[in-house]
Amino acid sequence: MAQGRGNTDIKYLTPIAVDTKKKKYCRFKKSGIKYIDYKDANFLLKFVNEQGKLLPRRITGTSTKYQKKVSQAVKRARHLALMPYVADLLK
Amino acid sequence: MRSQFLGIHNQSINNFKEMMNQYETVFILTPVLSEEQMKEAVKKYEDYLKKHDAKIVHREHWGMRKFAYPIQKKSSGFYQLLEYKADGKIIADMEVQFKRDERILRFLTVKLDKHAIAYNEKKRRLKKEAKTEAPKETETESK
Repeated sequence: MAQGRGNTDIKYLTPIAVDTKKKKYCRFKKSGIKYIDYKDANFLLKFVNEQGKLLPRRITGTSTKYQKKVSQAVKRARHLALMPYVADLLK
Repeated sequence: MRSQFLGIHNQSINNFKEMMNQYETVFILTPVLSEEQMKEAVKKYEDYLKKHDAKIVHREHWGMRKFAYPIQKKSSGFYQLLEYKADGKIIADMEVQFKRDERILRFLTVKLDKHAIAYNEKKRRLKKEAKTEAPKETETESK
């Protein structure tokens, strides 16, 4: 500001990456899946964190309707000992 | 109320159909059982279903599977899946029998809605198609 600058661009050391936000979408709505199987523990691992806890909707991008179904499926799988209630280093 | 509905269609009152729903039961048997005892236990519940006019659509024996956490100090058990069409009234009784049976550690009965039924049928169909092809290729079925 004290020095007069020739160009008006402000140069940063690390240029701020301006890219369009990654569009979050519900994977079930997009692929038309209507039923979430509680017996498929491998698939349900996607919706659970390393401690075995359910991931929030804002992280996975699931819609409310399917998040409820996912949550129900995970709880059923936990009851049948296909998934743990508490874990560490699950994935 | 039901007879009011069916009175138009069915002349005889004895001939009314109960509401047949499709259910899926998964139950876990103790690992200490021998092959014989296990088959006998499964047969007991299949017979119960047959006696109450249930139609068994599918049965799957997953065999010995490791648990994610210990149940009754055991770390694995025999899983059995039964899919059947039945009247709703017999389910409660069956679950009481499950609870009474010492060989059964856990059970879960789920009523299947139309999406679930479609999914199960598709899974069975794809499995059959995979089997009929000469080399059994591993299909990654897009869920």
